[in-house]
Amino acid sequence: MKAWFNQHRRALAVTAGRAARAPFAHLFQVLVIGVAILLPLLLHLAVQNLQRLGGTAQADARIALYLAPEATGKDADGIAARLKAHAQVAGYRFVSREEAIKDLRRIHDIADLVDALPKNPLPDAFIVRARSTDPGEIDALRREAAQWPKVALVQLDSTWAARLDAGLRLARALAAGLAALLAVALLAIAFNTIGLQVANRREEIEVCRLIGATHGFIRRPFLYAGTLQGAAGGLIACALAALCVIWVNRQLPGLAALYGTELVVQPMPLQDVLAVTGFAALLGWLGAWLAVSRHLWRDGPG
Amino acid sequence: MIELDRVGKRYPASQGGEGHDALKSVTLSIDSGEFAVITGHSGAGKSTLLKLIAGIELPTSGTVRVNDQDLAGSRRALPFIRRRIGLIFQDHKLLYDRTVFDNVQLPLDITGFPPREAARRVRAALDKVGLLSRERERPVTLSGGEQQRLCIARAIVHRPSLLLADEPTANLDMEYAQDIVEILRSFHQVGVTVVVSTHDLVSLRAAHPRVIALSHGMLARENAP
Repeated sequence: MKAWFNQHRRALAVTAGRAARAPFAHLFQVLVIGVAILLPLLLHLAVQNLQRLGGTAQADARIALYLAPEATGKDADGIAARLKAHAQVAGYRFVSREEAIKDLRRIHDIADLVDALPKNPLPDAFIVRARSTDPGEIDALRREAAQWPKVALVQLDSTWAARLDAGLRLARALAAGLAALLAVALLAIAFNTIGLQVANRREEIEVCRLIGATHGFIRRPFLYAGTLQGAAGGLIACALAALCVIWVNRQLPGLAALYGTELVVQPMPLQDVLAVTGFAALLGWLGAWLAVSRHLWRDGPG
Repeated sequence: MIELDRVGKRYPASQGGEGHDALKSVTLSIDSGEFAVITGHSGAGKSTLLKLIAGIELPTSGTVRVNDQDLAGSRRALPFIRRRIGLIFQDHKLLYDRTVFDNVQLPLDITGFPPREAARRVRAALDKVGLLSRERERPVTLSGGEQQRLCIARAIVHRPSLLLADEPTANLDMEYAQDIVEILRSFHQVGVTVVVSTHDLVSLRAAHPRVIALSHGMLARENAP
């Protein structure tokens, strides 16, 4: 056990020594790996954020019931009673025509225009929150409410959410495909860089074999190199993705203000950073294992 | 310790042709604690015989047994068999990007020796071959004789029971060659089995070795010490 520990400690020291002797070459190799991972990572981040946005939109799916201009307070109470008793309604809020025009003045900064109107053109309304997020059930509620007396118009815009959902599904499939392709590319990068290191150390490997080194002993420093390069590449990709998120979040407020909303791109959670780093390390290890094994198999077991 | 039973080694021709028999049905045994010299003309099969004993090459026919282990049947165990052998190469096979100290430490790294004990053994081996003061230098700064002594230090640092030396005095002048022979003799005197392949019998005469002469891949004659 102690001998095994000593061999691993030595392999790590050898790996660190080799990296220290050629720091720029190693840095650029890690950068190449990092940039290769960055592309699918950004796509994954974009999909996650759009999904969150779509999820929020669907969770907040609201139906607006606009009452007829002649509807009285008693009519409004009748509709409120129907909404309260309805199984598909999670909640509702009555927005009087006075409240609605106040909101219009405040939100859209068009007070002058509103003041110029001869009378309040807005109707009383109910904003209904559906219990279900299923587009079909929400639409059924919309159709039912449209039949109620003194209801002039029922509005539900769920089409965009359905389109977003379809788009997200496509983007997720693209991200998965791209990630698979780049996993192969990462494997090839690790295989090539470690393969070059193996070729440069051919004589050393031969000497080690002659004096009793096992394949495990010969492989170990290269496996550490591949694993550490992969992990460092993964971390660099996550750091670059975080910088991209910061940059995008600086640009977003201007765009979000135009839509009267707040948009913030969420950074990668820690478990995703760990997963990306671990996956990149695993691919680095696998590429290195294949590169060294190819050399060892070619030269035979002895 | 070493037993060869009707051992043959045939190298295939590189481009067509018939191939070449380096050894033909050689049978011999070398006992533990012996100092044996394998000699013969160039191409007689000396180096091939040494490579077969070290497991670097495998025989085409016959069996080679070292410490009762058939090398051809123990290919997975070869690294562990080699750890009990000290190999001295004609071309030294040193790592020129490492220090003298690191070169000697390599066999101990392979066996996972604790660093402090390894350093003690490395210094003892370097002291034995007279290179202790050069431990921080690179092998390229050493002369041919010193590089050969460094190779010996690496071969003995893990205290093997068998030393195999391929032309250890080749390309060395008489004084350096005598140094090398003296070092090999000192190991033989403490019980290590020493097998040397050489055509320089003059340098080795002082060690009173058993002489095994090869000619055209066959055993030509044997002289007891």
